[in-house]
Amino acid sequence: MSAKQLGKRLLQIVLVALGISFLTFLITYLAPGDPVRTMFAAAGTMPSEELIQETREAMGLNRPVLVQYLSWLRGCLKGDFGTSYAYHRPVAGLLLDRLWPTLKLSLSSMCLMLLVAVPIGMAQATHKNSFVDYALRGLTFFGVSMPNFWVGLLLMLVFCVRLQLLPVASFGGDFKSLILPSVTLAFAMSAKYTRQVRTAILEELNQDYVTGARARGVKEWQILWGNVFPNALLPLITMLGLSLGSLLGGTAVVEVIFSYPGMGSLAVSAITAYDYPLIQGYVLWISLIYMLVNLAVDLSYNYVDPRMREKRQRI
Amino acid sequence: MRFKNFVKKNKSFCFLAVLALLIILAAVFAPLITGGADPAASVLKDALKAPGREHIFGTDKLGRDIFTRVIYGARTSLAAAFSVVIIIFVLGTVLGVLAGYFGGWVDTIIMRIADMMVSFPGMVFAMAIAGILGASIKNAVIAVALVSWTKYARLARSLVLKIRNRDYVAAAVVTGSRTPYILAKYMVPNTIPTLVITAATDIGGMMLELAGLSFLGFGAKAPNPEWGLMLNEGRPYIQSAPWMMICPGAAIFVVVVVFNLLGDALRDVLDVRDE
Repeated sequence: MSAKQLGKRLLQIVLVALGISFLTFLITYLAPGDPVRTMFAAAGTMPSEELIQETREAMGLNRPVLVQYLSWLRGCLKGDFGTSYAYHRPVAGLLLDRLWPTLKLSLSSMCLMLLVAVPIGMAQATHKNSFVDYALRGLTFFGVSMPNFWVGLLLMLVFCVRLQLLPVASFGGDFKSLILPSVTLAFAMSAKYTRQVRTAILEELNQDYVTGARARGVKEWQILWGNVFPNALLPLITMLGLSLGSLLGGTAVVEVIFSYPGMGSLAVSAITAYDYPLIQGYVLWISLIYMLVNLAVDLSYNYVDPRMREKRQRI
Repeated sequence: MRFKNFVKKNKSFCFLAVLALLIILAAVFAPLITGGADPAASVLKDALKAPGREHIFGTDKLGRDIFTRVIYGARTSLAAAFSVVIIIFVLGTVLGVLAGYFGGWVDTIIMRIADMMVSFPGMVFAMAIAGILGASIKNAVIAVALVSWTKYARLARSLVLKIRNRDYVAAAVVTGSRTPYILAKYMVPNTIPTLVITAATDIGGMMLELAGLSFLGFGAKAPNPEWGLMLNEGRPYIQSAPWMMICPGAAIFVVVVVFNLLGDALRDVLDVRDE
């Protein structure tokens, strides 16, 4: 990727982030919920109409939506994402506290997913249309069709309630509390990914160089791991970046089930409490993380694919 | 005779179509299947009964029969999933065809919005929209539709671009066909087969997303019998009454499997080129 392309991508990220945050802002503005009333209700008081108006004025909620948005945006550029209505703490700090647990969960479930999906997809591709292939394809099909919150609850039922091997709630954030949430997330994802590994490997197996290598008597496992797998890596990395998107949305459900202290469960409680600054911060942060990861994936092509590197050097 | 041949040629598709039809009929004729039981009727002395002869799926914390609620839940889930798919199908096709046919600034505006929607995680946004608009199945449908239409728009646009410059389109323009006529007669029919396949394979996924939103409390509201919501209600009773979450979850699973398989089978039936 050239410097010009990189600049274009970064500009695009900024534009999308602006668009997303403005849309979120607009929706909170048009929504029927009233953050002030919710806030007083949460504190357990019945405010008078004047007090509500005064608070609205003090929080700047009576200003036109565009003015509110611009002042929020100005704050964001300085690193101030507003103050949470419910926690009375800066949004940035709240999100930052929960960022690492969510990343830990996402990364561990991704590793788990790769450990399952790559060998299975390989086995399917090398034994195409055999009994093994059909059986595994059936299994992955079921995996895709299971709601992940149901899988999570079933795992919890078996391992926490019946066998009592693991804690029901993951408050601690230690290794033990990471197991079930990661397995749940990895479950549906590996089913999807297995299919893609199968397709990618099959495509490479049909190439002429494989026939050539076989004709020269190169051992099958050497062809598979030495040539086919590295070549199939490129589309797989792209999908890994994209599946991070579904992962970021999916962690919310799993975090809620296992009471895992991540960004997703924080966002769910923020949405329920009409905690607008926190919701806006969450949507903006997740979008930025997602877009930057995908940019990093595209940049990694330079290292994974030598053809790209040569092209750049020649230019 | 032709029907007989079709069935013979596409056995698995017909089998799945019958299964899907049975599910839909079960939802439509829910009162008949449950023997007229009321899904909201609570008998507190029967609360948290394990599955048995009287209640084959057991009862929940309010003593409501879970089998009845699961059957009635099919109404909500199916109606919501079909609404989402129909909305994104129509919206995506119309916008995609317009973008592809007219090009220029129409294309730029529509496709830039579509680009924006795919470049960030849609479910996160859907969650925020559904939650802020207020928990209801209608708002969940709006939220999921809002983040899912782009796939259809892209597909429709690329299909239109493929035939946009064909001679017969030019001939239609030259002979004075009006634009709406060209769009309806040539452009839209050309996009339909591919988009119908996409829509059919999407039903299961949409059902899962809607159930997920309801599970988080951003979809159907109690006492509405909806599978995602029932799972959420069963969550605190995982120790004492696990059937409260097992049964609705199994219902989602079975229905999604049937519709996913049906979508795949439909692709095999319609898409002969693939072979």
